Amino acid sequence: MKQSLKTDVAIVGGGIVGASAALALRHMGLQVVLLERDLCGSRSSGVNYGGVRRQGRPISQLPLAQRAHRIWGRLPELIGTDGEYLRSGHFKIARSEVDLAALEHYREQSRDFDLGIELLSGQRLRERCPWLGGRAVGGSLCAEDGQANPRLVSPAFARAAQRAGAQIFERTPLDEVAHDGQLFTLRSGNALEVRAPVMLNCAGAWAGAIASQFGEAVPLQSGHPAMAVTEPLPHFMDWSLGVEGGGVYCRQVARGNLVLGGGAGVALDADRARSGRDAIAALAVQAIELLPALRHASFIRTWSGTEGYLPDRQPVLGPSQTTPGLIHGFGFAGAGFQIGPAVGEVLAELARDGRSSTPIEAFAIERFQSAAVPATAH
Amino acid sequence: VTEPALQPVIVGAGPAGVRAAQALVAHGLRPVLIDEAGRAGGQIYRRPPANFQRSPKTLYGFEAPRATAVHAALEAVQDRIDYRPDSLVWNAQGGLLDVLHGPTRTTHSVPYRQLIVATGATDRVLPVPGWTLPGVYTLGGAQVALKFQGCAIGTRVVFMGTGPLLYLVAYQYARAGVDVAAVLDTARLADQFAAVPAMLSQPAVFLKGVYYVAWLRAHGVALHGGVRPLRVLGDAHVSAVSWHDGTGERTLECNAVGFGYALRSETQLADLLGCRFAFAPLHRAHLPERDRAGRSSVPGVYLAGDGAGIMGADAAEWAGERAALALLADHGIEVDPARAQALERRLDKLSGFRRGLERAFPFPQDWAAHAPDELVVCRCENITAGELRDTVRACGADEMNRLKALSRVGMGRCQGRMCGVAAAEILAHATGQPVQQVGRLRGQAPIKPIPIQLASAPAQGVGT
Repeated sequence: MKQSLKTDVAIVGGGIVGASAALALRHMGLQVVLLERDLCGSRSSGVNYGGVRRQGRPISQLPLAQRAHRIWGRLPELIGTDGEYLRSGHFKIARSEVDLAALEHYREQSRDFDLGIELLSGQRLRERCPWLGGRAVGGSLCAEDGQANPRLVSPAFARAAQRAGAQIFERTPLDEVAHDGQLFTLRSGNALEVRAPVMLNCAGAWAGAIASQFGEAVPLQSGHPAMAVTEPLPHFMDWSLGVEGGGVYCRQVARGNLVLGGGAGVALDADRARSGRDAIAALAVQAIELLPALRHASFIRTWSGTEGYLPDRQPVLGPSQTTPGLIHGFGFAGAGFQIGPAVGEVLAELARDGRSSTPIEAFAIERFQSAAVPATAH
Repeated sequence: VTEPALQPVIVGAGPAGVRAAQALVAHGLRPVLIDEAGRAGGQIYRRPPANFQRSPKTLYGFEAPRATAVHAALEAVQDRIDYRPDSLVWNAQGGLLDVLHGPTRTTHSVPYRQLIVATGATDRVLPVPGWTLPGVYTLGGAQVALKFQGCAIGTRVVFMGTGPLLYLVAYQYARAGVDVAAVLDTARLADQFAAVPAMLSQPAVFLKGVYYVAWLRAHGVALHGGVRPLRVLGDAHVSAVSWHDGTGERTLECNAVGFGYALRSETQLADLLGCRFAFAPLHRAHLPERDRAGRSSVPGVYLAGDGAGIMGADAAEWAGERAALALLADHGIEVDPARAQALERRLDKLSGFRRGLERAFPFPQDWAAHAPDELVVCRCENITAGELRDTVRACGADEMNRLKALSRVGMGRCQGRMCGVAAAEILAHATGQPVQQVGRLRGQAPIKPIPIQLASAPAQGVGT
């Protein structure tokens, strides 16, 4: 073995969750080793839409989202860059009175969290956003939600953790892990062996194998968002847009490009995916309907990623039920970017204290115990 | 003869694609031939609009017989193929090509069972400060302006860079009556002398090159070797070029510049098709792998012409025909083995000449070391060499896709087709790695920008 390390916490996965956990653990003074099989923040954490949004999340996620909101507010001090983070507002569009009622209902449900949601419709809607297509009848604005550049933010968390003293190994896949009752032993080929009493499973869409190995398989599936971007256009829109009931989402970045997502891409294999032709075509129709000005624009690039989804579209976040020291944080159903930094802090608390100061009961892995597929032999 | 398992599609109607189509027709098939241009011929034998009157001799010079032959070959089979000009392949997925038809602004899917990828090449660009000024063109762009539209890029033009195209374009411009102020070659005369033995394996081609140089010299065009371009000067438009000649800085007034460093392969389609790539030192590029017959790593996908490695127009004709024969043979259709062997022998023989060309016009390996921080590398996104170096320093980027993600290089309209080579050189130099180690930008659809509004047109199959 070329290198053998003993540490307090071993982290598998250098996405925004694993990297922010590493940073939080270093702030607590714990030793951290992180293994990333590719480059930190190069997968879903780095290629997602870049929405930084609390509005519309399940109510059970709002405590985490609020905690994350505070972290996002001090991003430069925390990771040394603003990552193009803007509290630009997030506007969720209603295309019918039924949609509008659903948005109204969400505002009531989330009232305790003081998200500052404002409903717009009719004349006020047209005044605020003359660029919006005719099918929008109203919408719900969360002015303090926003957007950021995931390509910059997620790798920056890993670099910040590294500067704070975390040992980060990129291009270092986890090939083998064992637990002897006290310590986990993680191996990557003949290059690296890491021993630690605590292991964080932050392996995103690929986290299921670790859970399975430790006897708590979960029905984790991969999803692939279809994404596309236009050439730069004159700036006309501050808000990040979503649509009630799902469908297209869209934001205009500082450079002027419009980033759009919606529908599902196509998996090339277990690790790679692209936007497919059908998804691009559907996205084009919806984009023009949403923002008629886009009928004159071009798509210059499309892409996708590989995200982990559980059937209830809630993450698994919390301690293992089978193995002391194993803590899971994965399966964010394409919505992990905003809460990622808070999840990292929660994982760090769980690693150090065994409990979290933010409620996470809704995300416990045991919710799948009855429905779980049998653990496969490793 | 045609069996249902055969449904060949050719992408690109340059010399490779046309000869491939001809060979398939000769064996009783009716291929689909998709071409981005309105008229066949590719970049090298690009044809002017139909109502233009200039003769092939004027347009193509020594290459006129070959150009005419390629055009005639296409015309001879045109009613036996499904020819689709003005059609850009922008995506490939699951046995279908997505094709944008320019004039009708519609996109449709074309199914294929076998595919010959003959996507050609563009200029290899190593930028120089000032290259984004109006009046600066690539060598290929300068040539297309002349060939396609009968236009010159300026009235007093400097050509610079290196490669055989440098002297050819200068010659063509001078013959067309343009004042060619100078030809600035980063290669040294000594490089060219050293390459003579290898290049004599293709005496006719070699002599053409010698002729262009001699003609330019005889007509008083200043030829400078061993130069290092420093900058293109001008406020709103090119007004001069300056370079280092080994002893000092020199400046020359002009109102247009054509520059380039040989060609680079257009490999995006091969990438989207899943072809395996490898670094090819001769081409200093990651290229889709092909066997001697043109088979890629993906069954049913064949590669021909400059799109899989720059070998020139003659080689493209042979490789196109050879790939078609391989396609036929792979699907049980009898082909003449002697013909296949003869084509392979010709292609093999050319590889010695190709190495000679690389010696005569070597890639300027010190380009990145001399590129100043303020040099714009990515003109779409206005990313400078200094920003790329900062990204390497601050973020530890050591691979092209990472550099792109962190710096925006290659994220604009060209998607790295123009700036990718230069960015890789800067990255390799800044990280102290050989250029093959920094990888290549992943291909992502669309291969070129597609209007959003027509991305939703109804699907359409072969023959509709």
